[in-house]
Amino acid sequence: MKGVSLVLLTALQLSAAGHWGGELRFAIYSDPKTFNPLLVTEQSAGVVRYLTGGMLIRWNHATQAMDPELAQSWRVSPDGREIRFELRPDARFSDGAPVTAQDAAFTFHTLLDPKTPSPDADAFRLGGQQVTVEAPSERVLVLKFAQPIAGVERLFGFIAIVSQRTLQSAADPSRMPTAGPFHVAEYQPGAEISLVRNPYYWKTVDGRRLPYLDGIRLKIRQDRALEVNDLLSGELDLIDSVDPKAFARLANKGSVTAIDAGPSLDSEQLWFNQNPSAPLADYRKAWFHSPEFRRAISLAIHRDDLARLVFDAHAQPAAAIVPASNRAWNNPALKPPPFDPNAAQKLLFSAGFRLDKGELRDTAKHPVQFSIITNAGSSSRERLGVLIQQDLERIGIHVRLITLDFPSLIERITRTFDYEACLLGMVNDDLDPNSQMNVWLSSGPSHLWYPGEKTPATEWEAEIDKLMVQQSRETKTALRKKAFDRVQEIVAEQVPVIFLVGKHSLCAYGPRVGNASASPFFPQTFWNIDQLYIRAGHP
Amino acid sequence: MAAAIGLSILAACSFAAGWICPSGYAAQFRDAPAVAPCARFPLGTDELGRDLLARTLYGMRLSFLLAGSAALVSSAIAGLAGIAAGVLGKVFEQSLEACSNLLMSLPWLFLLLLARALMPLGMPAETSVLVTFLLLALLGWAPAARVVGASAQSLRQSGFTLRARAEGAGNWRLIWHQLWPNLRPLIATQFLVLLPGFILSEATLSFLGLGVGEPLPSWGGLFRNLEDYSAVAEQPWRVAPLVLMFLTVACLQSLSSEASQRKT
Repeated sequence: MKGVSLVLLTALQLSAAGHWGGELRFAIYSDPKTFNPLLVTEQSAGVVRYLTGGMLIRWNHATQAMDPELAQSWRVSPDGREIRFELRPDARFSDGAPVTAQDAAFTFHTLLDPKTPSPDADAFRLGGQQVTVEAPSERVLVLKFAQPIAGVERLFGFIAIVSQRTLQSAADPSRMPTAGPFHVAEYQPGAEISLVRNPYYWKTVDGRRLPYLDGIRLKIRQDRALEVNDLLSGELDLIDSVDPKAFARLANKGSVTAIDAGPSLDSEQLWFNQNPSAPLADYRKAWFHSPEFRRAISLAIHRDDLARLVFDAHAQPAAAIVPASNRAWNNPALKPPPFDPNAAQKLLFSAGFRLDKGELRDTAKHPVQFSIITNAGSSSRERLGVLIQQDLERIGIHVRLITLDFPSLIERITRTFDYEACLLGMVNDDLDPNSQMNVWLSSGPSHLWYPGEKTPATEWEAEIDKLMVQQSRETKTALRKKAFDRVQEIVAEQVPVIFLVGKHSLCAYGPRVGNASASPFFPQTFWNIDQLYIRAGHP
Repeated sequence: MAAAIGLSILAACSFAAGWICPSGYAAQFRDAPAVAPCARFPLGTDELGRDLLARTLYGMRLSFLLAGSAALVSSAIAGLAGIAAGVLGKVFEQSLEACSNLLMSLPWLFLLLLARALMPLGMPAETSVLVTFLLLALLGWAPAARVVGASAQSLRQSGFTLRARAEGAGNWRLIWHQLWPNLRPLIATQFLVLLPGFILSEATLSFLGLGVGEPLPSWGGLFRNLEDYSAVAEQPWRVAPLVLMFLTVACLQSLSSEASQRKT
């Protein structure tokens, strides 16, 4: 690529000619906290943004590459400090007004305004606070950065282009012009959101403007227990995330297409508290700081059983930071640690631990016992904890599993640090390593085992810091990959986080949905929403 | 009578859990997850291959023991407070009234969540369960104390009490010879009234994942298998713990009604 990427508009490939008209129905699990696409912080608002927002470029789930949308082409400068978009001439908002470079510039000015509390803005400031946004003509938008931002294109996949009129009417979403395939027609808080097709949407097939659907009804349901029944009865048309236990039953129903879309980016992991200021006994801190101890725990956990029993085999033992589904960034050399309690015991003995009447003791003869906290209400995490309890009992370690309400748990892991080990999941919807800077930089607020270190506590954390910063400023993908591969290797060697299982994306479509193509990544079932259709004969 | 027999059978089964299910409640038969009822596992197994009959019986035992103890503590406090209000007069009576009002206005579920969040993590699961039930007992005595207090006041005004006082009986003699024999059946009834409430409270907390911690079994924890309603039609044996809890609570309610009727 030699520092320059030039992507031309490619012909749209549809998997099948669709049937026009009809309404798709599916559930979201809370009211959106906002309809302003620049302020999205939670999933329901994210769903509405995905369905209504027009992006300059958007990530294609099938090719795992960026596709042109409102921008028909874009180019990153050789030094990685500038990106130039050329907007398509036929892009329009749902009120018929053209989407101009001035609208795009307004979007980015608003996004980058410090007064806008947008979670998407920080990623644009990675290369320094100064981001210049220019619209030299009706159809050209240029953004300039103080430092190069690696993989900068992907950031634009989250930014819906808005106009001043859009934000002025954000309080009444039914009057908000949007540039995506749909716009909000009606919002009944707590009940449903009705979307209708954008009659001016730019994408066409056979000379007709997509999307195939006339509209979408988003039913707001906090209780997910009845979702499977509603899919079977035809009240809903798709489920984005099916519980593994319900998946088997759905798969047996001929009327429904249940799909295991493969490994997602979501994983479950365990980590020990390594914060030196934690209110824990020194000998316990010494266990948790010992890489041999952490490696031994990792070896003693039967990951295959976790995947099989808790997720009905719709998960796979996790090897590293990046799951295999993330083809661009996964380090294929890293394999999940084998279940080997004997090797675990040998490691512990080499670190000075001893077995005494079946109970593991440290050099000062303290019995090795610790608690694992996890959030109450998550059956799968509790089951993982119970299996880990029994696995560790085999090597003489007694584990207490404690479930806490979520705010109490967050308080302990981020403020009081009054915990020993924590079992939680990591949800990620971005494949790029830059999205994980807050986790792997030692100063990061989400640096799980010791958040917000003033200086790296260990040499290997210092090395990770260096590599993460290096990859974030490198524009050559191969060099970024090399740096991030090394980060993954260090994490696998030092085991600050014990990756347990990577969950699969399980989703289901009802019989009415045509052109269904499930993806392991959010939004699993409707990432190709402008191409989904309601089959003929299914009003 | 039928309720007493039913409850005795349920209690006997729960206390014979170790004999009926020698493998215990925590053993994981990982080669047999979620199996249907069979000779080896009469109620099937859960997703981790644990014997559901064992977990149900041990859960029932835990519930009987802990809810029973909590109801005992609560009714003892209620009895003492009620008798004291009956004997010590207006000021104590008003204090009890204020205290009852306060306790009955407390958001007890929130308090229990808070207490659990503040418990030291090093506390063993058994101890944290004991603390939870102790809190239930300390928060749950107020309604019973009101009932006992009202009866104690009425007894204080009765002819035989006035006669005893006229004959020079002191407070202790009055309590021991006049109030306690008359209030004992009422306190026993209050125990039977409180017991199902505590059983249901434990089930609620455990259902929310905030009661009895794994691997200890509890009714509330077992109900979480019913969260997926649509699975229940295909696996009806999952409702066994619910049926057993319903029978237990129904028997207790019936016994407390019988006791109330006998008293009146």
